[in-house]
Amino acid sequence: MTTRTTWIWQFMLVPLAGIFLFPLLWMFSTALKPVDQAMRMPPTWIPKAYYAPLDGVRTRVVPRGTNAVAGVIVATTGHTRLFVPATDFHDGRVRIVRTLRGAVVTNLVAARLLKDVPPGWVQVLEDVDQTSMAAQRRWDYVAPSALDTRTELAWRNFLSAMRVIPFARYTLNTLILCLLCVIGTTVSNSLIAYGFARVEWPGRDFYFALTLATMMVPFPVTMIALYGVFKSLHWVGTWYPLWVPVFFGGAFNIFLLRQFYLTIPQDLTDAARIDGCSEWQIFWRVIVPLSKPALAVVALFQFMGTWNDFMGPLLYLNDQKKFTLALGLQFFQSQSGGTEWHLLMAASTLMLLPILVLFFFTQKQFIQGIATTGMKG
Amino acid sequence: MTRRTRRALLIGLLFTAPWTIGLLAFIFYPVLASLYHSFCDYSVLRPAVWIGLDNYRELVRDEVFWQTIWNTGVFALAAIPLGIVVAVALAMLLNTKSHGMVVYRTIFFIPSLVPMVTLAMLWMWIFNGSYGILNYGLNSVLRLLHLPFEAPGWLLDPHWAKPALVLMGMWGCGNAIVIFLAGLQDIPVSLYEAAEIDGASRWQKTIHVTIPMLSPVIYFNVIMGIIGTFQIFAVPYIMTGGGPQRATLFYAMYIFQSAFEDLRMGYASAQAVILFLIILACTYLATRVMRKHVHYGGV
Repeated sequence: MTTRTTWIWQFMLVPLAGIFLFPLLWMFSTALKPVDQAMRMPPTWIPKAYYAPLDGVRTRVVPRGTNAVAGVIVATTGHTRLFVPATDFHDGRVRIVRTLRGAVVTNLVAARLLKDVPPGWVQVLEDVDQTSMAAQRRWDYVAPSALDTRTELAWRNFLSAMRVIPFARYTLNTLILCLLCVIGTTVSNSLIAYGFARVEWPGRDFYFALTLATMMVPFPVTMIALYGVFKSLHWVGTWYPLWVPVFFGGAFNIFLLRQFYLTIPQDLTDAARIDGCSEWQIFWRVIVPLSKPALAVVALFQFMGTWNDFMGPLLYLNDQKKFTLALGLQFFQSQSGGTEWHLLMAASTLMLLPILVLFFFTQKQFIQGIATTGMKG
Repeated sequence: MTRRTRRALLIGLLFTAPWTIGLLAFIFYPVLASLYHSFCDYSVLRPAVWIGLDNYRELVRDEVFWQTIWNTGVFALAAIPLGIVVAVALAMLLNTKSHGMVVYRTIFFIPSLVPMVTLAMLWMWIFNGSYGILNYGLNSVLRLLHLPFEAPGWLLDPHWAKPALVLMGMWGCGNAIVIFLAGLQDIPVSLYEAAEIDGASRWQKTIHVTIPMLSPVIYFNVIMGIIGTFQIFAVPYIMTGGGPQRATLFYAMYIFQSAFEDLRMGYASAQAVILFLIILACTYLATRVMRKHVHYGGV
């Protein structure tokens, strides 16, 4: 390929790659911001932290804009701190204007001057963790130079997200389910595919065609009747409906493994048969060890599927203690009504992370699995 | 039957026994039960009562049912062709041996790994009306160009909720890209060489070699796309709950709603039966159309 075309290629690919990366980067960025910055317009990419002295102690604060005219901070006799325009404070008295039942009432209240606030100073509010709802947030006005701005990633969002949602519990639940399903799918489908690929028996090809045809049956068609079955078994509210069916195989994985078994040379099994191996021994000693890569693909996709599954848990789980991560996260989102976006993005990131890690360790199997299943259907 | 065949039959049946049980219990029985229940008034709480064709009669008159068919059909007609065009185009861009191609492939693939719940949350945040990054960007551009439009409300606007989901779906086309890439790499180089000798331009090679050779894979993706669209549930359920004004109430969501929220399992079963027929019809039709136009090279 010539240099010129390479440049054109890069010219097209770079912006496209940017568009594809953007949503995930935005998720990470939001997950690492304090709540006030997550919900601020115009949006910023890099999370910032602000520090200012409050009562003489360096504290993390939220800046709230600057004052236009000169003002004063005063303390009334009731020890309430107030910020008023400088013109409203004379001779130890502060003018407080209030609206009482539609009428404007002006009071003069005795007050003590605490601090002069020149124009252009910044109002700062103590930054409290969203989850610890302090009743009174301390505040002050500081000179712009006293406000210390620095890049700081709010890693604590991840801790908060894990506290708001019973994250450890949901993760454990999901991992247990994933493990059961991975065992189920590899054990059952490797056996079934052997029956379809390496043993020749009357009716086999018809049965295999029928098996492939079942891939056409969409889940919503069987969903209702299956619910009835599990209901009569008293399995609703347990994990059984989510993993027991996996132990009986699935058309897709049978197909995938059969294709792989067919590529194993017949001579190998014939030799084993001559040596007096039973069919089971051939399966267990010859075929299974040779088909580890294909089994890994099946296991990988099953893990992803179970980790992802939302509808199954939604149908069958009603006790929050048994929720999976997917269901738990959605439950939290619907409860919080879509307000705590920084925590939602942190939790979503945590849900994506294991999948990303898994992908980077198993890229080859992944891509091969998708390519072969997509090509020869 | 010889002793040998009988033995082979026994072994074959034994190895496939788990699947036989699974097929009967988790596919055949549920399909037949759905067919039976579709003629019944049935909720899991009470036994089924035969009511003949009443469910189907009600479905024909049910405006919501027709709307879900409309929603699903419109979505399929927009999302499937767009998704395939984007995926094929990207696959062609990625099918070169230049530097860093592995990195690009990974970048385009990663979105399709994102779990559905994460996907839903992330895009709710992006489409958010007041704090969403998408509308901030759109509005900035519109203001810069002095155009008298406002960015749409996406998930809150009945006209824009479906386009929003289509847009989101295109982001996750990485799976299709991988499939098309594999398809592209299977095209024999000799075909391109022959075309070059005949003086074909790059564009002509794409139209007369690449696309015909890719057509079986495209066909497969269309079929899977149709089946997939009729099963869409989790993402719109989380993002919109079917709203606004039922604009994103898709077929599978209405089945779920009828069965598990209204507890009208008979009525939902009738919908399931019709879904089965729709999918059979779509696949048959696609097979007919494609038989004429799909080119199975040399196989």
